[in-house]
Amino acid sequence: MKSGLKRSNAPIFWGLFGAGGMFSALFGPMLVFITGIAVPLGLMLPANTMSYAKMMAFAQNIIGKGFILAVIALFLWFAAHRIFHSLHEIGIHAGVGAKLLCYGSAFIATVISAVVLLSLGF
Amino acid sequence: MSENLKIIEIEVLRYHPESDREPHLEVYKVPFTDDMSVLQGAQYIKDNFDGSLTFRWSCRMAICGSCGMMINGIPKLSCETFLRDYHPNRIRIEALAHFPIEKDLVVDLSGFIEKLESIQPYIIPKEPRSLEQGEYLQSPQQFNDYIQFTSCINCTLCYAACPQFGLNPDFIGPAAIALLHRYNMDSRDGAAEERMELVASEEGVFNCSAVGYCSVVCPKHVDPANAVNINKTNAAKDYFLRFLSPKGGSK
Repeated sequence: MKSGLKRSNAPIFWGLFGAGGMFSALFGPMLVFITGIAVPLGLMLPANTMSYAKMMAFAQNIIGKGFILAVIALFLWFAAHRIFHSLHEIGIHAGVGAKLLCYGSAFIATVISAVVLLSLGF
Repeated sequence: MSENLKIIEIEVLRYHPESDREPHLEVYKVPFTDDMSVLQGAQYIKDNFDGSLTFRWSCRMAICGSCGMMINGIPKLSCETFLRDYHPNRIRIEALAHFPIEKDLVVDLSGFIEKLESIQPYIIPKEPRSLEQGEYLQSPQQFNDYIQFTSCINCTLCYAACPQFGLNPDFIGPAAIALLHRYNMDSRDGAAEERMELVASEEGVFNCSAVGYCSVVCPKHVDPANAVNINKTNAAKDYFLRFLSPKGGSK
C-alpha cells in the first residue's frame, strides 16, 4: 500500500451533489412547469395558487421551509459540483479559486436562504 | 500484386527520443487484404518500409492486451481492428493517449504498474487457514460477484479513454480500481478495509466524474466505470460512518 495517502473530502460534496441531483430530477421539471408556465399563463391551476398569502403560509410552515431550503440549497450544491467538474473537463484546471467560487456561492446561498426562511417566522 | 489487393494510407505517429524533439506523423501506403488487422498493417510497415517502427504486440487475438493504440483517435486493440473498416479513408495510429511516449507507439507503463501494485491485487484471507482445514469453498453466487472484474488484460485502453486520468496522472484509474473491486468482492478476501485507504484518498475514486468512456472502450467488458462508482458509494459510507465503526474505519 502506498504511504502518505490523504483522505479525500469529496464525499461531503459528492453527497450533496447526489442528493441535489436526485431532488432536482424528481422536483425540478414539475417546479418549472408550475412556477414558470402554469401559474403565469393561468393554465390548469387555480388563479391564486401562488398568491402572496398562500406562499407566505407555505414558507411559515416547518415542512414548507424545509422544502424551500432543499430546493434552493441542494439544487445549488448540485450545480456547483457539476460546474466545478465541467471546468476541469474543458481544461480550466480547477484550483482553489474555482472551488471557492463554485462551492462558496452554494454555501453562501444556503446560509442566506436559511436565514431568510427563519426570519419569516413560524 | 493480386487483383484483390487494395492500398490504404496509414498515418503513424513517430517519435524517436534520441533524435526527435517532438512526435510527428508519417504516412505509409500499405497494400492489404480484407483479413488484415491494423496490427498487421503496422507489421507490414516495419517489414517493408521502416524497420525502426516500434510497437508492442504478442498474441494477435485480443488476449494479451499489448497492442493498444489510438486508432483515428479512439483507444483500440490494433489486433482486433481491421483495415477494411477504414478503407478507402486514411487511418491514423498513435501511441495511447495520456501516457508518456517511450518510442513511436510504445508508451511508458511504469506508472500503471505501480498503481496495480498499490491496490494489493491478491487475496488477503479473512482468517489464516491451515492445510487440514482444506480449501476455501465458494458458491456460484459468490463467484459471480467478482468474475466480471477478473477479465481485465491490462491493455490500459481505459486510461487512454479517461479524461480525468489525462488531467491527473496520480488518479489510480479505471483498470486498477476494477481489479481492486475484484478482490474486495471475492468471498475469500478480507482486505477491503485496508484497500479503502487508497479508494478514499485524493488519488482515489472521487477523481472520476462518471464519464463512462472507460467502459465503452474496454475490449473485455469489464465495466470499470461501474466498479469505480460502486466504490464511490463505499468510500462515502466509510467517510460518514467511520466514527460509528468500532475499528474507526480507515485513517
